Order: sequence, then C-alpha cells, then structure tokens
Amino acid sequence: MDMISIPAVNMTPIIPEIFLSVLAMALLLINVFVPSEKKSYLAYLSFFGIIASAVLVVNGWGSHVESFGGSVVLDNFATFFKITFLVAAGLAVLISDQYMDREGCNHGELYPLILFTVVGMMLMASGTDLMTIFLGLEVMSISLYVLAGFNRSSKKSNEAGLKYFLLGSFSTGFLLYGMALIYGATGTTRLYKIATIVGQMTLPSANLLLVAGMLLMMTGFAFKIAAAPFHMWTPDVYEGAPTPMTAFMSAGPKAAGFAALLRIFLLALPTLQAEWSQVLWVLAVLTMTVGNITALRQDNIKRVLAYSSIAHAGYALVGFAAGNATGTAGILFYMLSYAFMNIGAFAIIILVSKKGETNGNVSDFAGLGFKRPVLAVVMTIFLFSLAGMPPTAGFIGKFYLFSGAIQKGYIWLAVIGVLNSAASVYYYLRITVYMYMKEATEDFSWIQVTAPVGLALAISVAGSLIPGIVPSFILQYAQMAVKLL
Amino acid sequence: MENLNSYLIVSAILFSIGTIGVLTRKNVIVIFMCVEMMLNAVNLTFVAFSRHLGNLDGQIFVFFIMTVAAAEAAVGLALIIAFFNNKQSIDVDDVNIMKW
Repeated sequence: MDMISIPAVNMTPIIPEIFLSVLAMALLLINVFVPSEKKSYLAYLSFFGIIASAVLVVNGWGSHVESFGGSVVLDNFATFFKITFLVAAGLAVLISDQYMDREGCNHGELYPLILFTVVGMMLMASGTDLMTIFLGLEVMSISLYVLAGFNRSSKKSNEAGLKYFLLGSFSTGFLLYGMALIYGATGTTRLYKIATIVGQMTLPSANLLLVAGMLLMMTGFAFKIAAAPFHMWTPDVYEGAPTPMTAFMSAGPKAAGFAALLRIFLLALPTLQAEWSQVLWVLAVLTMTVGNITALRQDNIKRVLAYSSIAHAGYALVGFAAGNATGTAGILFYMLSYAFMNIGAFAIIILVSKKGETNGNVSDFAGLGFKRPVLAVVMTIFLFSLAGMPPTAGFIGKFYLFSGAIQKGYIWLAVIGVLNSAASVYYYLRITVYMYMKEATEDFSWIQVTAPVGLALAISVAGSLIPGIVPSFILQYAQMAVKLL
Repeated sequence: MENLNSYLIVSAILFSIGTIGVLTRKNVIVIFMCVEMMLNAVNLTFVAFSRHLGNLDGQIFVFFIMTVAAAEAAVGLALIIAFFNNKQSIDVDDVNIMKW
C-alpha cells in the first residue's frame, strides 16, 4: 500500500514563534479569570514571555537552517529583525499598562494581540516563500487593525481602526496581485527558486508579468511601511490609535515591512536591481520630503511624530535604494535604534498627556524642563536621536544609510537626505524649545512615572545612546546579518 | 492552455472594478465588498496560472487568501460595528475627526 510520505519537518527555525503563539493563547484563557483591576499581571506575564522568546531568538544567532521545504529560514538576518520586533513589543507592553488604566480600556486582550503581531512580524522576517510572507503580514496586520481601534469608546480610535483596516486590506489586494503575477511569471512562490528562474531569463526587465508584479508588490509594501505617496493613512491612524499602540506601530511593523521587502527584493529579484532601485530612489526622495515638510506645520505632537515616522521610512529607503552591504546593514541598525528612540518619545507623550488624550499639543510641553527636568532631558535625548545629531544612535544610523547611497553613486540621493535631515531638526527642536524656553503654564503634577514606564524609558535611553557612542557594538551584528542575503 | 489570457483579462477587469469601487464608494460595507472583489480577482489569477503551469502552489495560495479574507472580514465588521455604535453612520464622509 502506498503511503503518503510526510517529509521530516525541522521545527527549530520557528521555536520562538511557537512559543509566543502558545503564550498568547494561554494569556487569552488566563485573561478570563483575571479580575479587571488586575490586568497588569497579564502585562508582566507577556513582558517576561517576550524576554524568554528573545533568549530563544538569540540562541539561533549564527545558524542557518531552512525548514518546511524552504519556506522558512532561520538566519542572522531574521534573528536581527526578530530582536527588533521583540524590543518594540517589550517596550510597548511596558508603557501600555499605565495608559490603558488611565483611559479605562485595560482589556486583557491587548497583550495577546501584541504577541500575535510579533509572531506575524517574525514570520515576515524569516519567510522565504511568498506564501509565508503573506501569512505573516496578515497575522500582523489583522492584529494591528484591532490594536489601532482598541479603545472602543473613543471616536478617534474607532476612526483609526477603520481607516487602517480599509487602507490596509486595500493595499493587501495590490500586494497579492503582485505576488500572483510573479508566480505566473516564474511558476513558483519560493524566493530562492524565483531568483534562479529570473536569473536564467534572457531579458527579465522585458518580462511584463514580472515587472508589473514587482511594482504591484512594491506598492503593497509601500503602504505598509508608510512611504509616500501611499502614506495618507499614517497620520490619522497614528493620531487616533491609543498612544502605546502608535509607538508600537511606528517601530515594529515598519521594521517588518522592511524585512520582507529586503528579503524579497535582494533574495528573489537581485537581477532586476537596476530597475527597482530607480523606483526606490524616487520613493525615498518623495517619502523624506513629504514627511518632513508636512511635519513642520503640525501642532499635535502625535501627528508630528507620525509625519516624522514617514520621513524615517524615507531615510531607510535611501539605504534600500543603494542596496549594498553598507546601506542594508544601515537599515537593520536604523530600525533597531528607531524602535528605542521613537517608543521612548511616545512614552513621554503618554506621561504628559491627560485622560482622553488631551494635552497632546507641542505647546503643552511648555516649561516641562523646569517642572520635570529629568523627563525633559530624556525627551531631549530621544528628539536629538530622531533628528540625527551625534552622539546618538540616530546619527550613526543615518550616516550608514547615506554612506551606502554614496558608495553606490547616488550622490544626489544622499544630498537630498542630508538636507531633509537638516529640515527635520526644526520640528524636533521646536519641542525642545517649548520645554526649556517657554514659561510653564501647568505644574505637570499629574505625571507619575510608574516602575514599568521608568524601565521602558531607561531601556530606550540606553538604546538611543549606546549605539551612538559605540556604534560597532550593534553594527557588526547588522553587517553579519546582511552578509547571507 | 490557450485561453489563459482570457482568465487574466477577466481577473484584471475584476481587480480594476474593485479598485475603482474602493476609491469612489462612500458606504464602508460597499468599500469592504470591493476589497473582497480585489482579493477574489487575485484568486482567479492564481488559479488560472496554477492550471496553466500545471503546479499546485497557486491553488494552495488561494486557500490561504480565502482564510485570511475570512479573518479580515471578522475583524473588519467588528470595527465597522464599533464605529457605527459611536457615530450612527457607516458613511466614509463621517470618518472625519482627524484631518491635516
């Protein structure tokens, strides 16, 4: 009798994902039995779960294991990005509890949803098959739609969730159509096989299906990483979503989008690099410029950081357009340090704002430097890092992204990037000016730094300063991570 | 298979109708239906290619797309209900608190 032979499956590459999924499902069950005033326990549990899975992830450093018929791979590239996602999720969990209590929506489902988002992002980073990447992307996005609309009683949060959902699923359509066309052109969804088949084509850039598929897929991912001209949802969703989730969304999923983009374009379509780097050149310039110029005239601080996050996607696209080792390692480095500095800045915003997310304008930071000097110094560090001033991580990150572009010969791209970076200093420094040079109109007596938020701030400060002072510490890992691509 | 092109043209037309619908319609539910139409256009493309290439990857992909679309519908409708509870409307013109 013929038996269907089931190939041996090596589970090693997805152990952290399995662990987090099981933990998330367990938390959903535990949540039922936890009384509503004690939901903090779930936050602690998921934080320790994130640390445990970070240990599992770090254990896989240096190995290269393919599994599930080559649809998932464990390599340094995936490991580096997984750490970035876990950092973003861990910081988001730390700053969520206090905020959710204040806003009266501390439902326990928040933490499992964050963990599921991380599982999706991890699959995006380690997927080497269009199918795996798509599934990871959707696990991430569907959880994020809920997280954006998490505060059900707030009209702004409703709107954010709805907008994110409509535009997110719209962009998924483009992404999938692109994947379908690439499948049609090559006959496979495995990235390695696509690379081989495209490599054997005599003139791949004349293959209509392939080029159309590539562009559609790029459109889909541009939505996810909030690159102009597909960024219109970003400010509204970032403003309306609960602030800790905004922090998480701006760091984690953006990094995941870049992970999948890098994986697909550098692994499967390197033969078309001349074509796609042209498109990315234009996207990078548009994204940086639109993000920075619109950020200049915003008053709501969450919107300032939303537009600044668009600009930061643009800087990372500069490194991607270069597509060489320096540029791509720069992206990895930048995404990790961006997670620290951006979530840190959002943590301060949470502290300064009051119930119902009032007190969220730039002018509401007036006098913070006199009333709460430590918080103001910490915020200044984050803002300097976001603006890219030495000796912060933001400076080193931008330095590598732009030098990647210069090595590739994209001098103008680097020049436009530096000019943009200079323009961005205006709106970051504006917040600092309010903190230190305006009279305080309030006494900020409502600010309470609880232990988890304090820990998150300490980690973020360390994460924004240490890579800036000793860059090789993280950069050597980023370089090792892109070597295998 | 010589009529691969006809399948591709039908699915491209479906995809375009879906895209135009998303961009022009005002009712959130109708927009959502248009998104589903885009996904089904993609499914048709996958199945047509899969049959043409004689390889099953595309059909497996379609199963995943259908599953994901179902999950998306569950979450999307929940978000629409939450919005309706606060606004008594499902018109995108009422999604207007935040503007730049």
